[in-house]
Amino acid sequence: MMKIAKEHLPRLFAALAKQIDLLLPAQQAEVVNFAPFCPDAEIDLTTLKTANTPKHFFLPQVEDLYTAAVNAGQISISAADTPIKPFAIFGVRACDAAALDVLDSVYLSDPIDQFYQTRRQAGCIITLACEKPTASCFCTAFGINPTEPCGDITTWLTDDVLYWQPNTEKGDKITELVADLLQLTDESPAQDISENICLPLDKFNPDNLLALFNAPNWQDLSVACIACGACTFVCPTCQCYDITDFDTGTSITRYRCWDSCLYSDFTQMAHGNPRTTQAERFRQRFMHKLVYHPANNDQYGCVGCGRCVAACPAGLNIVKVIKKLEVAGNV
Amino acid sequence: MCKPSTDLLIPQVGIITHIRQETPDVKTFRIVTTSGAKAFSHMPGQCAMLSVPGIGEAMFSIASSPTNTEFMEFSIKACGTLTDHLHRLAIGSHVTIRGPYGNIFPMEDAFKGRDLLFIAGGIGLAPVRSAIKYVFDNRTNYGHVDILYGARSADDLVYRHEIEENWASQPNTNVYITIDRPQDDWSGHTGFVPAYFADIGFAPDKMALVCGPPIMIKRTLDALLTAGFKKDQVYTTLELRMKCGIGKCGRCNIGPKYVCKDGPVFRCDELDALPDEY
Ligand code: SF4
Ligand code: SF4
Ligand code: FES
Repeated sequence: MMKIAKEHLPRLFAALAKQIDLLLPAQQAEVVNFAPFCPDAEIDLTTLKTANTPKHFFLPQVEDLYTAAVNAGQISISAADTPIKPFAIFGVRACDAAALDVLDSVYLSDPIDQFYQTRRQAGCIITLACEKPTASCFCTAFGINPTEPCGDITTWLTDDVLYWQPNTEKGDKITELVADLLQLTDESPAQDISENICLPLDKFNPDNLLALFNAPNWQDLSVACIACGACTFVCPTCQCYDITDFDTGTSITRYRCWDSCLYSDFTQMAHGNPRTTQAERFRQRFMHKLVYHPANNDQYGCVGCGRCVAACPAGLNIVKVIKKLEVAGNV
Repeated sequence: MCKPSTDLLIPQVGIITHIRQETPDVKTFRIVTTSGAKAFSHMPGQCAMLSVPGIGEAMFSIASSPTNTEFMEFSIKACGTLTDHLHRLAIGSHVTIRGPYGNIFPMEDAFKGRDLLFIAGGIGLAPVRSAIKYVFDNRTNYGHVDILYGARSADDLVYRHEIEENWASQPNTNVYITIDRPQDDWSGHTGFVPAYFADIGFAPDKMALVCGPPIMIKRTLDALLTAGFKKDQVYTTLELRMKCGIGKCGRCNIGPKYVCKDGPVFRCDELDALPDEY
């Protein structure tokens, strides 16, 4: 364990930023979000939930794949030339760090997504432990300990000290960059998580797949959904993307961009659509997080960050879904 | 600084070397790379992503057999933006191609050494053709072959010439063809595939492969079960919208299975464990 006095944090960040691209939670127009370090940034280490999640840095919202030049029916293809530099993100919370495990299980499983892998290798995750969850946090329900976040380096902030614990080789390398500012210590940060939120998740397992899928509650649960897709775009684990074309005037750039299973055309084919109602699309999102992803990966696809709870204009959310299906007695 | 390689989503350029009009709305395209080679090797049941940049990209089953080492064939029905565009292309036009995607028919395990019953409806014969040709090219590895094929009308039968000239005369092979309704120039059987299947009365000692429109698959499966076939003797293919082809983009799932990666081939007893959402 290492530590640094809280008052010296600006020096720590400045020293790191000199050697690697550093992203930190900062206030911009009263919104807290990860932003590149700059000396006069309003760094915010108390807000737990950044507006956007670190997913943006590993699976960007829009990403070019290749360019196709089409001339008189002849095509030539050149792969996108997207250089990726090493970077570090400071202040990642336990839920968002765990969300990367969920994305890893998809994007780093065979066949590996090279874009994602290159960014994962380039990025160092420096997590920051949470002291007090907010009212909309329920990470503990999914077995995540907010006081012990994973990541390449874990940090804990008290009133006057930041504790610093490298966990991986990548974390060691970043630590070396600022070793002169950190002191070794045998103190350890106090970790008492006051609330342990529990959700009745017992029935959400692959054995109940068909019973949950066929539960009659989906219609009622989803009736207010306006299919805006907000819940999917704020989610640190949502993984789906679209592949589509942009006509530059002289060539076609094929890119991928985030997509939402809540949209009516998500599964639309020329000859039909397997999900014709919003209830079916709503069901897909929650079945994926709570049953399908666990069936394939032995981990829930939700990390309880609560962002979708806050974002939904219709007041719908995964907590209501879990509680309703649990008590409905249909499973 | 490093640059990601993007092999998985980046296609090769393909060139259309031959086009055959199968029916009023189905054409078979022969495709090779710009250097004249087959784009990649595959097994029956697998698919490829074809695209025309600026128009669209979609998954198509490979209608030719892996035993054909020179080119691949795709039988495509004009039914949307990309497929309509493909139908307007001339020989020599470029498309893009990536693959192969998906799992395979059990040609080398469950089907090997067995009598085989191939049942197809309409354009559903395309993936089955790959398996049929594979069997004919490895004839001693398989037993008796029955092929039952149906389409809306005589004009909608794909590969009609090939079926009559070649398949029907293969050793130890019976071909049964039906069209939905009688028509003037048709002297063959009329009626739907499931009913014709029941009339013929196949012994339930074979392995069966059923491809076609979802409703035809469901009815035929019922008929197979009535005839005494077990679900684990029957294979089928499913079709959903796809983007990545590699189980990442989240588009083609049926429950926890991704049709692009875990499918398109499913044994019918496996489908019972999946939600009815296809
Ligand atoms: S589903 Fe909601 S609570 Fe769960 S990880 Fe996504 S945004 Fe957070
Ligand atoms: S945020 Fe709410 S209204 Fe919007 S798509 Fe998600 S569930 Fe539906
Ligand atoms: S097409 Fe992307 S997951 Fe199947």
